[in-house]
Amino acid sequence: MTTSSSNDGNLSGSNLEQVLRAGHFAATGELGPPQSADGEEIRHKAALLKGFVDAVNITDNQTAIVRMSSIGAGTIVVQEGLEPVIQMTCRDRNRLAIQSDLLGAYALGMRNLLCLTGDHQIFGNHPDSKNVFDMDSIQLVKMVADMRDEGIFECGDAFKGLEPRFFIGAAAAPFADPIDFRPYRLAKKVKAGANFIQTQLVYDVPAFTAYMEKVRGMGLHEQTYILAGVGPLKSPGMARYMKNNVPGILVPDEIIARMTAVGAPWAGKKKDELTREDKRARSTAWKEEGIKICIELIQQLREIKGVAGVHIMAIEWEQAVKPIVEGAGLYPRPALAEEELAA
Amino acid sequence: MIVAEQKSLEELRSLIGDAENVLVVGCGTCVTVCFAGGSREAAIVSSSLRMASKLNGDKMQVRDVTVQRQCEWEYLDEIEEQISEADVVLSLGCGIGVQAIAEHFPNTWVVPGLNTNFLGMPTEQGVWDERCAACGDCILGLTGGICPIARCSKSLLNGPCGGSEDGHCEIDPEVDCAWQLIYDRLNRMGKLQVLLDLQPPKNWRTSRDGGPRRIVREDLRLLEEEE
Repeated sequence: MTTSSSNDGNLSGSNLEQVLRAGHFAATGELGPPQSADGEEIRHKAALLKGFVDAVNITDNQTAIVRMSSIGAGTIVVQEGLEPVIQMTCRDRNRLAIQSDLLGAYALGMRNLLCLTGDHQIFGNHPDSKNVFDMDSIQLVKMVADMRDEGIFECGDAFKGLEPRFFIGAAAAPFADPIDFRPYRLAKKVKAGANFIQTQLVYDVPAFTAYMEKVRGMGLHEQTYILAGVGPLKSPGMARYMKNNVPGILVPDEIIARMTAVGAPWAGKKKDELTREDKRARSTAWKEEGIKICIELIQQLREIKGVAGVHIMAIEWEQAVKPIVEGAGLYPRPALAEEELAA
Repeated sequence: MIVAEQKSLEELRSLIGDAENVLVVGCGTCVTVCFAGGSREAAIVSSSLRMASKLNGDKMQVRDVTVQRQCEWEYLDEIEEQISEADVVLSLGCGIGVQAIAEHFPNTWVVPGLNTNFLGMPTEQGVWDERCAACGDCILGLTGGICPIARCSKSLLNGPCGGSEDGHCEIDPEVDCAWQLIYDRLNRMGKLQVLLDLQPPKNWRTSRDGGPRRIVREDLRLLEEEE
C-alpha cells in the first residue's frame, strides 16, 4: 500500500483499514442523514447497522438535497460505537472549507473518508444554488493523501501540529461512459492516493467481471482495496428505473424478471383493486426477493479475484442490511478494532 | 462572441417605467450576429414599445440608434446628443455595453434590454452553444481543444464523472458530455495518454475568483505627453 509514517504500517488505524489489511472480506453500509436536526434518527439507523458492517458511509447532501452534515451525523455515529466513512463532495465546498472540515472531522474521531465530486445541484432541492467544484474528486484524494503522507495543506504549507490521517476512499463507476476509460480513471484515483474504492451498484456480474479483469491487468487490485457496490431492490419498478434512468447502472433483464415474477399473484390488477393488505404483501414479496438477489450478488462478487469486500447501499432501508450480511455468510464481522483497543 | 438574448417586452416596459423619451441603443458587433441587439432588433423593440405605449394611452417617444460597438468610447461619442435628450436609454448591448454607457454618460439613466448569456458560437442556424468561461489560464492544449471548464457541468479537470451516458451529461440529455468529446477526440488522434496524467487543482486566481480582472499592456499605452 501507500507509504506510512506510523509504526505498524497502518495509515489511519481505522477498523475498516484493519479488516481489509487482515485480509477479511469487508462489508460497509450506508446511512443517509435526515432532512432535519433530529439526532435520534441517526442513533436509530446506527443501531440497525452496528455489528453488521465494518464501517458505514455517511452521505454528504446526497443527490444535492440538504441533510444533516456528514460530519455532524458521523459524530453521533462515533458516539454510538459504529465507525463512519465520511463522504465529502466538491460541490458545496472550496479547498479551504474542505480542509478545515476535515481537520474537525479527524479531531472528532473520524478516520475514513470517501472523496466524491458530488451530484450536480440541479438534481436536488436547491437547483438555483451556485456550485463550487473548486476541485474534483481525484484532486481531493491527492490533497487528503498529501495532508496525511506529506504533512502539508493543499497550498504546500506544512502542518503546525497533528495532521489528519484518513483511510482514503474514492468511488468508481465501472459502467458509465466512456466505458473503455473507466479502468484508467480508477488508475488515476489510485495514483492520486485512494486506499479503497467503493463502486457504483453492480447488478450485472459478467460486466463487472470483465471490468475487474482489466483492473487486475493494470495491477490496481494490489494497490487499493476494491469494494463492489450492491443494493437490495425494493420493486421491479425500482429495477427498471435504475436500468433506464440512472447513468452507469446496468440491470440485467433477468433480475427485473425475477422481481416481476414474485409479484405475479397481484399482477394485472389496477391500483384500486388492491387492498392495503394486498399492497403490503406484494411489497414484502418484492423486498424478500430483492434481499435474496442481493445476497446472491455478494456471493458471486466475492468469487471475483481482486474484490476485497462489498459496499451495501440500502438507504432508507437500513433494516435490510442485517438479513443481507447474515444471508451472505458475512456475519459476525471481525472485531479487530476492539482487539486493538484492548491491546 | 458574446451571446445574449432579449428580455421580455413586459420586463423592458417595467424597466423603462413612465419615462417619456426613450432611446433604444443597438450594438453592431456580437449581439448583431446573434440576432439579439443589432439595428434590426433595435428597430423592432422601439416599435413594439411605441405600440404598447399607444395602446396604453401614454405619450412615450421612442427612438432607436445603433452604434458599431457600445463597448468603445469613440462610438458612444457619436450618439452623445441623442443620449442627452433621453430620459432613459435602453441598451441592446451586452452587459459591457450597458456599463460603458453608464460610465461614459454619468447623468444618463441606462437599463439593460438583454440578458448576456455566455461566450460561444452558433453551432447551427438558430442555436448557440457556450465555449469559453474566460478563466484566464487556457488549458485547451491538454484537452484536445475542448474546454471542460466551460462545457463540463462540474468543470472537472480529471473527468469524466459517472454521470456520462450515451455522450450526454446527466443534467440534460441536450447537453453533450464534454469529457466524452475530449475522450473521443484524443482517442481519434492517438493521444489518450494525456488523460492519464493527474491534473492538479486549478489556479482560479486568473478567473473571476481572483476579483475583477484587468490587463495593462505597457507597450500599447499612450504616454501622457503623446496624448
